[in-house]
Amino acid sequence: MSEILRPENPDQLVELVNWAVSEKQPLKVTGSDSKDGLGRPVQAQHTLSLSAFNGIRLYEPEELVLSAGAGTPLSVIRAALQEKGQEMAFEPPDLSVFYGQGNGEGTLGGLLACNLAGPRRIKIGAARDHFLGFSAVTGRGELVKSGGRVVKNVTGYDLSKLLAGSYGTLGIMTEVTLKVLPVAEKLRTVLVYGLEDAQAVSTLSKTLGSPHELSAAAHLPAAAAAGFALPRVSDAGRAVTAVRVEGPEPSAVFRCEALRKELSALGETEELHGKNSQDFWSKVANLQPFIQASDQIVWKVSTAPTAGPGVAARILAQRKGQHYYDWGGGLLWIGFDPAGIDDDGGAAIVREALGEAGGHATLMRAPDALRAAVPVFQPQEAGKAALSSRLKNAFDPSGVLNPGRIYADN
Amino acid sequence: MQMPEPDRGVISRKREIIAALQEILPQESVIYDEDELRAYENDGLTAYRQIPLIVVLPETTDQVSQVLQYCDKNSIKVVPRGAGTSLSGGALPLEDGIVLGLGKFNKILETDFENRCVVTQPGVTNLGITNAVEHAGFYYAPDPSSQIACSIGGNVAENSGGVHCLKYGLTTNNLLGLKVVLIDGSIIEIGGKHLDSEGYDLLGLMTGSEGLLGVVTEVTVRILQKPASARALLLGFETSEAAGDCVAAVIAGGIIPGGMEMMDRPAIHAAEDFVKAGYPLDVDALLIVELDGPPVEVDHLIERVNEIAKTHGAVYNRVSESDEERARFWAGRKAAFPAVGRLSPDYYCMDGTIPRNKLPHVLTRMREMSEHYGLGVVNVFHAGDGNLHPLIMYDANKPGDLEKAEDFGGDILKLCVEVGGVLTGEHGVGVEKRDLMGSMFSEVDLNQQQRVKCAFDPHSLLNPGKVFPQLHRCAELGRMHIHQGQLPFPDIPRF
Repeated sequence: MSEILRPENPDQLVELVNWAVSEKQPLKVTGSDSKDGLGRPVQAQHTLSLSAFNGIRLYEPEELVLSAGAGTPLSVIRAALQEKGQEMAFEPPDLSVFYGQGNGEGTLGGLLACNLAGPRRIKIGAARDHFLGFSAVTGRGELVKSGGRVVKNVTGYDLSKLLAGSYGTLGIMTEVTLKVLPVAEKLRTVLVYGLEDAQAVSTLSKTLGSPHELSAAAHLPAAAAAGFALPRVSDAGRAVTAVRVEGPEPSAVFRCEALRKELSALGETEELHGKNSQDFWSKVANLQPFIQASDQIVWKVSTAPTAGPGVAARILAQRKGQHYYDWGGGLLWIGFDPAGIDDDGGAAIVREALGEAGGHATLMRAPDALRAAVPVFQPQEAGKAALSSRLKNAFDPSGVLNPGRIYADN
Repeated sequence: MQMPEPDRGVISRKREIIAALQEILPQESVIYDEDELRAYENDGLTAYRQIPLIVVLPETTDQVSQVLQYCDKNSIKVVPRGAGTSLSGGALPLEDGIVLGLGKFNKILETDFENRCVVTQPGVTNLGITNAVEHAGFYYAPDPSSQIACSIGGNVAENSGGVHCLKYGLTTNNLLGLKVVLIDGSIIEIGGKHLDSEGYDLLGLMTGSEGLLGVVTEVTVRILQKPASARALLLGFETSEAAGDCVAAVIAGGIIPGGMEMMDRPAIHAAEDFVKAGYPLDVDALLIVELDGPPVEVDHLIERVNEIAKTHGAVYNRVSESDEERARFWAGRKAAFPAVGRLSPDYYCMDGTIPRNKLPHVLTRMREMSEHYGLGVVNVFHAGDGNLHPLIMYDANKPGDLEKAEDFGGDILKLCVEVGGVLTGEHGVGVEKRDLMGSMFSEVDLNQQQRVKCAFDPHSLLNPGKVFPQLHRCAELGRMHIHQGQLPFPDIPRF
């Protein structure tokens, strides 16, 4: 087991990175290790924990802004926001159960470094869209800052976007600033039963293109719905297609009624209110269908919404698996049972099926050995790969930060 | 404003360069006649002018690639240009550089309603996108004031905002994909019709990079269904403090309006004189709050905002009862700049952002500065997101007035940074705010940004002289100062 280093302030962190550079000792950068299973396994003797960079530094609800140490547990952030009726609007998923981790749902820095987002992604964006600014120590051992605490800001390059989704390979974030938003007063979910994938996604496309301002749109084929452990979903015995509206009460109620009327032409409909509605979307976000079978290999595929069902059909024709759609069909989750030692986890099948449709496939869950053997993230074409490695070099020329976490040679 | 020293060698090779560009492009797409070049000598920041060496107007990605490859090999600087509406001098030409105009990239390539996106060439105007999809009830949300003229490629370069970005986001939040040509001529495709990226977020990085990283030749934007209805409220206050408190209370109340704009007394008067929007003239601050959505939601929220306004001292309120009336409310705000243009021979438009609760302090300090410099200032303000647009009135024909206006503007922006805000909210750094970057960023911060530039453009040929106050050579920035022989961090706790 590698040694865990726990710097307590930016100065110590700078000193540590300088040491790592001069001694050529790569560092595995972690918040609370909750998403250790996401990305390629990092080969590093030393683990760096940011747990000391903990605490909310600034929270001004009427300014919709929050700054905190990158190592602050998400539970702390969520509790503070909830007290003021606010939230991280991009609906970050809690993948701790999915990854079988017992140490909580992770830290704010970890969430941003993975650029995760839940069902509301289609309406409000991902973590990147709410990330206003940061301080970070680069692989050059320098403390840099970028962005700020205001939403409207075009002063210099938007490095927050670059750090979001960089999996700790460019800089070690110490403090981050987020835009937060009020929680909607009311949410309502409308369910339609028994639609085939293609029909469901085409319905979601049409509904998303209506003025009803959906905040989520998902489709669960019958097998996925069965594992949802929620009344009106797991006991439906059929596929469940779901759309969500949120807003002031009269608006949510009005749109829910209108949607139900429109959708009833397609099949039997139902509504979820209050906690059931909340739980449903948490389960969609937190990958409920893959919780039970914890050894299943799971892929995340992001593609054009209308391409989703075709991609799924091509994959499932070649390997048996379980799937469901979020983001109006543009986010496809697929789980396969593991198949022995030579198994590539379905990488070739998934990436070939994606082919012309465009988009990217990420191996979200698999044993370490498999994640080291096949590309976890979509391989990039040569020009973009070269640019990515020049960017890595601009931040971390010695390659001491999370080497290999995204790409084997980077 | 000091620009990089022109390369006399390049200027003396003008003929040869023209000939080479004519090999790549049709004759009429290479402009070198002095009179024709003059049309490109400035952008929306008219205080600065420079006739470029040559202007090229390619019309295919392949042509852009060949032009850039040629310039890279021959060390010729390139200034990309969209519609030329930048207010920060982002497209200000260089004496020894070519301007690469994207005006011929003026076609919408695909409208895809099912996937709610439009694939377009960069020279299409912002409003052109909405025009192409509104028959199906869709629109493109970011709406900078120049939307009739500004190009979507320019919007990407500047990460343009607009009145509605409080609720619907900036350009960066409404983009799905880009095709980009790098200075070495290589073409990369970023994103597409899907969400999020497979590696580093190059889409986010390119957006707002002010033409320093690459030339965009194709853009995929997200389109939205138009809200079913919209209504606006006009609210008058005796002080801008009270108006600011009202804005904070609306947001703290969980309401994110489609738009929320503030005008100060001089702005109200100027706009009312100009367009007769029906604004009250006896208030110190005016708010326009627009709510959109299904009528049942809009009516509900109008009532709530009205109540909040009453408890925060609104002395005037009017709700739009028709779309015409709502348009009239906005007409005054939208005409604020030309309205100020009638009061003063010239005006200088600033663009800082501040934390909203610092507004009273900033306005007071601005009034003091106004007296100090002897120049009037009019304020319009994207109140919802803290983006200020002070308009400084001056007379360019009066010796020293422009310099005074620039110093005044610089002081305002430094004040914005001092209270926790930033130098520019939506107009970009360009040449205008370049020399103020040091008030917001340390040298270490700026060097890191320039290393990003080096990853795209190692010889600094794309739009040099913009954004960064000092240009460093990439080799120098790449050097590492390694602290050999230090003890391994004795004081760092481990467990």
